Amino acid sequence: MLHLRIIKRQDPLGWRSCLVIFGAVALALFFSAMLLALRGTPPQEGIIVLFKGAFGSRWAIEDCLIKAIPIFLCSLGVAIAFRLQIWNIGAEGQFCLGALGATWIALSFPDQPAWLLLPAMIAMATVAGGLWGLIPAVLRQKMQTNEIIVSLMMNYIAILILDYLVYGIWKDPTSFGFPMTPEFSEAAIVGKIGSTSVNWGLAHCVILALIVWIFFGYTKTGYELKASGDNVKAARYAGLPYNKQVFLVMVLSGALAGWAGFIEASATVNRLQPSIMVGYGYTAIVVAWLASLNPFYIGIASFLLAGLRVGVENLQLDLQVPAAFGGIMEGFILLTVLAGGFFISYRFSFAQKK
Amino acid sequence: MTFELIIPLLAATVQSGTPILYATLGEIITEKSGVLNLGVEGIMIVGALAGFIAAKFTGNPVLAFVLAGFAGCAAASIHGIVCLLFQGNQVVSGLALTILGTGFANYLGTSYVGQSAPGFSPYAIPYLVDIPGLGPILFNQDPLVYLTYFIPVLIWFYLFSTRHGLGVRAVGENPSAARAGGLSVSLYRWGAILGGGFFMGLGGAYLSLAYTHLWTNNMTAGRGWIAVALVIFAFWRPGRAVFGAYLFGGIMSLQLRLQAAGTQLPSSLLLMLPYLLTIIVLVFSSWKSGKSAAPAALGVNMKPTE
Repeated sequence: MLHLRIIKRQDPLGWRSCLVIFGAVALALFFSAMLLALRGTPPQEGIIVLFKGAFGSRWAIEDCLIKAIPIFLCSLGVAIAFRLQIWNIGAEGQFCLGALGATWIALSFPDQPAWLLLPAMIAMATVAGGLWGLIPAVLRQKMQTNEIIVSLMMNYIAILILDYLVYGIWKDPTSFGFPMTPEFSEAAIVGKIGSTSVNWGLAHCVILALIVWIFFGYTKTGYELKASGDNVKAARYAGLPYNKQVFLVMVLSGALAGWAGFIEASATVNRLQPSIMVGYGYTAIVVAWLASLNPFYIGIASFLLAGLRVGVENLQLDLQVPAAFGGIMEGFILLTVLAGGFFISYRFSFAQKK
Repeated sequence: MTFELIIPLLAATVQSGTPILYATLGEIITEKSGVLNLGVEGIMIVGALAGFIAAKFTGNPVLAFVLAGFAGCAAASIHGIVCLLFQGNQVVSGLALTILGTGFANYLGTSYVGQSAPGFSPYAIPYLVDIPGLGPILFNQDPLVYLTYFIPVLIWFYLFSTRHGLGVRAVGENPSAARAGGLSVSLYRWGAILGGGFFMGLGGAYLSLAYTHLWTNNMTAGRGWIAVALVIFAFWRPGRAVFGAYLFGGIMSLQLRLQAAGTQLPSSLLLMLPYLLTIIVLVFSSWKSGKSAAPAALGVNMKPTE
């Protein structure tokens, strides 16, 4: 009788691990296509519309880049926390607080020049996002509270604070009752690159990614963080300040998400309104995991998952597929890639049972 | 507040606590076996949709409720495949399951938004309902609430007084020793994942079949996450879960009543209360006990070649 056995790989998979990822994503696409069929959408047509809509024109690529910017920044932050095995799933809330901080400055000082206003908005956004990220870290280290649940609950709270402000004291009196702030002044808006529709946030991404890369690769603190991430017990034994490290990564993580919130409010919608919360913070978790927490791969994965969002918008317009389809695809991709990780360390073997 | 106001509020407390209670009990079963399932939110909403659609097409809410439980099993089995078979990280798999489940339910549910289906209505139990105070609170509810007066006891008995329940706990505390003792770790964990998923599905179905008789997208609104927090609050014990679920039921119905009474407080601040309470409750329960009450092997996969 044939018997299924699991064997640990002796030789590293190397470049073939790419095949595993591709296989996993293909499987996720297949499952998603079946769900399209379930609701009466022709699956092949759906997948074609999805890809063409995402990457088929210059306009679509630009839209992907615009959406990739906040996803990338949130994901870069999430990855920093994940590396230390801190499960920050609060990027959505930290993003929201960043948008709130930036908006507060933009609405309070509309007449300041851009060279003063934009840095002040960034400062406020990163401080707000960073503090929002610090709360679960402090509760985790001082009270042994589960950071997953706290950071997640704080997402709900952050969005309700946003609602409170845009339905209340920040509401634009000329908006005919719509919940939104007045439009930012010219100086508070991050401009677009040349004749494209992509904003300069893209440059922020490149610079911040370089800083993160240098920080982890070439500074003592960064090196120590990496050491703690690889083996918490050993690092504590070596006398590394673990509590401070946890606080630091959560502040950095929150600050990056806050920066993303700033760009979204300033460059993409030019004001604050509830519709800026579209789940980039959750997509960022998917991206960070797909990219194995590597900043360069996070860049690629952010672009691809932004493409997924753009493609789903097209599915919605052309084939009346509900927007929630994007969540299904993200969920499937994460699950299949997660399961596929198995084949990087193990393999199946069929052996004759004795 | 007068007596006439408090009784309906407490009755509403029991009702709003019930879906959270079902889900919390499901997560307790799963976590007792050492598996952390953060997909509760996603599994609940799949259960809510399955129950709603089944009730709509069969017209039989009892059948729909049971089918919702099985839909919960089906959703939870994804977590089993990824974590037990393929050794995936339990935290990430649970998160992915929540993303997938929410997407799935909103995707298929979009065409039913605002529609209604047959469900459960309150049924006063003769004689018991006449007990002053307690009667109108506990015995003027729908049948699904009455079920929860027995289920926690049954689960408690199963986990702490049966041989099989002992096996579940052993696998959650020390899987290597359990395996050495001749137990199949993965079979017990599969059982706990599917059994837990069943109750999570029921919790979701309570929302669409009894709490409301309607479908709205995102109807779980974070209740699955509250359930995950309540497991910690309850120290993994079904009895304390009842208490915790009613605490949240209380704050949710209080908030609804304050809104209906036309209070000056903005609704967004009132809506924040359950989430704030979750954090507060979690801080106090973990501060006191630390992680000592958690199953020792919680969240750790057992290597297949060990």
